[in-house]
Amino acid sequence: MASDAEQGQLRPAPESFLSKDLVEDISRDGIDPARRSLLQGAFAAAASMAAPVLMADDDPDIVNLPSWTRSLGKPVVANPYGQPSPYEANIVRRQSPGLTRTDQSSVSFTPLQNLFGMITPSGLHFERHHQGWVDIDPRRHRLMINGLVETPLVFTMEDLLRMPSVSRIHFLECGANTGLEWGNVAVPTVQYSHGMLSASEFTGVPVSLLLERAGFDRKRATVLLAEGADGSSMTRTINLDNALDDALVAYGQNGEMLRPENGYPLRLVVPGVQGVSWVKWLRRLEVGDAPWATKDEVAHYVDLMPDGTHRQYTSIQEAKSVITAPSGGQKLLKQGYYDITGLAWSGRGTVEKVEVSVDGGRNWRGARMEGPILPKALTRFHCDWVWQGEEALLQARVTDSTGYIQPSRAQLVEIRGTRSIYHNNAIQTWRVGADGEVHNVQLG
Amino acid sequence: MSSWVRAVPLWLCTMTMTSWAAALPEGLVDLGRPATESEIAAWDIDVRPDFVGLPPGSGDVWAGEEIWLAQCASCHGDFGDSNEIFAPLVLGNITEEDIGNGRVDSLKDPAVARTTLMKVSTLSTLWDYIYRAMPWNAPKSLSQDEVYALVAYLLNLGYVVDDDFVLSDTNMAETQARMPNRNGMSLDHGLWSVSGAPDVSGSSCTADCDAAVTVTSYLPAYAMNAHGNLAEQVRDWGPYPGLWTAAEPEQLAAANVVVEAVLAPEAALTAGGCSGCHQMAGQLVGPGFDAIRVKYAGQEHAAYLRDKIANGGAGVWGSMPMPPMPAVDDDALQQIVAWLTSGEE
Repeated sequence: MASDAEQGQLRPAPESFLSKDLVEDISRDGIDPARRSLLQGAFAAAASMAAPVLMADDDPDIVNLPSWTRSLGKPVVANPYGQPSPYEANIVRRQSPGLTRTDQSSVSFTPLQNLFGMITPSGLHFERHHQGWVDIDPRRHRLMINGLVETPLVFTMEDLLRMPSVSRIHFLECGANTGLEWGNVAVPTVQYSHGMLSASEFTGVPVSLLLERAGFDRKRATVLLAEGADGSSMTRTINLDNALDDALVAYGQNGEMLRPENGYPLRLVVPGVQGVSWVKWLRRLEVGDAPWATKDEVAHYVDLMPDGTHRQYTSIQEAKSVITAPSGGQKLLKQGYYDITGLAWSGRGTVEKVEVSVDGGRNWRGARMEGPILPKALTRFHCDWVWQGEEALLQARVTDSTGYIQPSRAQLVEIRGTRSIYHNNAIQTWRVGADGEVHNVQLG
Repeated sequence: MSSWVRAVPLWLCTMTMTSWAAALPEGLVDLGRPATESEIAAWDIDVRPDFVGLPPGSGDVWAGEEIWLAQCASCHGDFGDSNEIFAPLVLGNITEEDIGNGRVDSLKDPAVARTTLMKVSTLSTLWDYIYRAMPWNAPKSLSQDEVYALVAYLLNLGYVVDDDFVLSDTNMAETQARMPNRNGMSLDHGLWSVSGAPDVSGSSCTADCDAAVTVTSYLPAYAMNAHGNLAEQVRDWGPYPGLWTAAEPEQLAAANVVVEAVLAPEAALTAGGCSGCHQMAGQLVGPGFDAIRVKYAGQEHAAYLRDKIANGGAGVWGSMPMPPMPAVDDDALQQIVAWLTSGEE
C-alpha cells in the first residue's frame, strides 16, 4: 500500500469474482475479444434485467424498482447526530402567532398530532423560556444547596454524575397548557391546544439524597426554592413533600444529556407538578420554612377565580386526557376503520381508566391502554372506530388512581369561570364533519 | 447503620426507594464541598414576603423615573402601560378603595385588562424580580438603590405612593400594607399538594348521559389560517393529512419552486458528501460553489453537471479529480443541479 501511494497510483479492488487464471492472462496480455466475452459472461446476471411491463393491477411503486433500491446508499456518519427523514419535516415545534411578542419569553408547542407512544423525542419537547435559553459550560456549572441546612454545599457536575442516580419516565406539562381555550375555541390543532405537554425519561440524583447530604432541618423545613442560572434566574417555591417524594436533580433526558432548551446541564424534575417549577439550568436549592412569592407565583401562574381572588401556588397538574389523532386540522380521507388514539395523565398518580365517546359525551366505552402505566407519566390509549361518514364528536375522559374523573368544560367553568388561564384540564372535543374534516369545537 | 455501610454494593443495586432515609451511602460525604460565605452571598439574592433577604438601601420616585426612562421604558412604556412587548404593568385603574381593602375590585370585571400591579400581593416580589432579572437584556446590572428607586416609581404610577416618596429597607413593611391586592391571593385550593382535594369533579356516566352536544364555539373560516397552513404542519402522508388553510394551493406551489431554486440545498450537499470538498465561497479541495454557479448558470448545463456529479471527472478546475458521488440520490441530484444552474444570487 505504501509503495502504491508513493507512486501516486490508485490500487484496483481485488477482482475475486474472476478466475485467477483469467486475471493473470489479462494482466499479461491485455483484453482481447475472447477474454472480453468471458468478462461479459461474468456480469450476465446483472445484464438480464429488462424494463418491466406494467399490468392494470400492478402497483408501479412495486413493479418499477425505485431509485433507492437500485443505488448505493449514504455512508455512515453522513449525519453524526441522526436527523428525522426529510419526509417528516412538517413535524416540528411551532409557536402560536400573536401569543407572545418576544421570542425569548415565549412558547413552542409539541406536535402531539403525529407522535406515538409515551415518550416525546427530545428535539420536539415543548419550550417555555422566560428570558431566552442559554448554552452553559458544564465544567463551570455548580449546584448550591443552602438555607436551613447543617452545611451549605456546592456540587460540580462531576460530583453529581458520580452520585447514585435513578431514571424515571414522567410527563411535563405547562400550567398554562390549554390556557388559550378557557373562553372559547382559539386554536385549530392539538399542537396548539395541548402541545405544552411532553414526556421523557429523566436521569438524575434524587433531591432527597442531596438534602440528606446537606443535613436539612427536618423540623423547620417546609419548602424549597429552586433557582436557575440563566439571566432570569428563574425561581419557584417547591413543596418539600414533593421534593422528598420523587423530585430529581436531572441531567439526563431520554438517554442523553438534557438539551440546552430543556435546561442543560441540570434541571429540576418535580413529577406531577406544572412545568414552571421544573427549573431549568438549575443552580441552587434553598431550604426554607415559608414560600417565596416569586414573580411567577404572584404576577403569573396564579389562577383568577370569578370572585376576583387569585389562587396562589397552584402546582399539581390534575388528570387530563386528549385524543391526538384524529384531531383538529386533520382530515379523514376515507370511511372505514380508524384507530382513535391519544394520551392520558395525572399529576396525582397513575391513569386508572380512559373512556372514549364519539357522540359528544352521551355514550362512552373503555379505551385500550398501553403499558407500562407509570405514575405521573403519559399513558397512550387506543379505541377502535369505524367511521361511516356520519358527523361525530370525539372525546376522551380519564379517571386516575385517586378516583378523580376528568371534568367536562361546563363542569370546570362552573367552578372556576373562564379567566383562570392556568390548569384547564377539561375534556376536549373534536368534531368530525361529514366531509371528514376535523375541527376543534366546544359544546354547550 | 453499620450494616448499611457493609451492604453498600447490594444497597446500590437494589435501590428502589426514592426518599433517602437517614443513612447515606458510604463515601457520599466526599462529593460536594461546603459553600463559602461569599459564594452564598453571590447567589442567594432572593427576598421573601417577610423581607428576609432584603439588602439595605433606598431610592426615590424621581430617581426611579430617570432609570425607568433609560432602561425600562423601551419595553414597558414611559408609564408602565405599554402593551407592545409585555402585558401592561400598571394602567392607573387602582382606586383608593382598593388600597384600603387590599383587594383590587376590578379583577372581578372581565372587561378590565389585568395589569401586574393589580395582581401583585407582595411588595417583595417586585423588588426581588427587578433585582434578579431586569433589565431584560442586561439582568443583574442594577444596583440595589436603583431597584428601590424603580419600585418606588412603579408604585407611584399606580397611585400607591406619592411623588416625593422614598422607598427603603426601613419602610418596605409599611408600604406593603398599602399594596392594592395584598389580600387578593387564596391558598384555599387543592393544587399545592399531591394529596389535595379537587374542587371540580367529572361525571362517571357511560350510557345515555345528559351531555350538551350543541357546538357553541369553533374557529370561523377566516381564522383557520391564523396559525398558518395546517396542511404543512401535519404529516402529509398517512391517514390524517392536514387541512389546506392557505389561500391558493397553486400560487403557493409556484412560490415554493422559486424559493427552492434559489436556496442552497444544504442538507443534500451535506448528506451527499459534497461539502467535504466544496464550500460555499472559495476553493477548498474542489472549486467553491460560487464559482461553479457562475460558470454553469443556465439550464443548458444541467445534463453536464448531473453527469459530473454521478460519474466524476478531472481536469476542469485543476488536477484534483472529482470522484463519482453515489451518496447523492436522484432527489438530491435534482435539487443540487437546479441550484447550481439557477444563476440567482
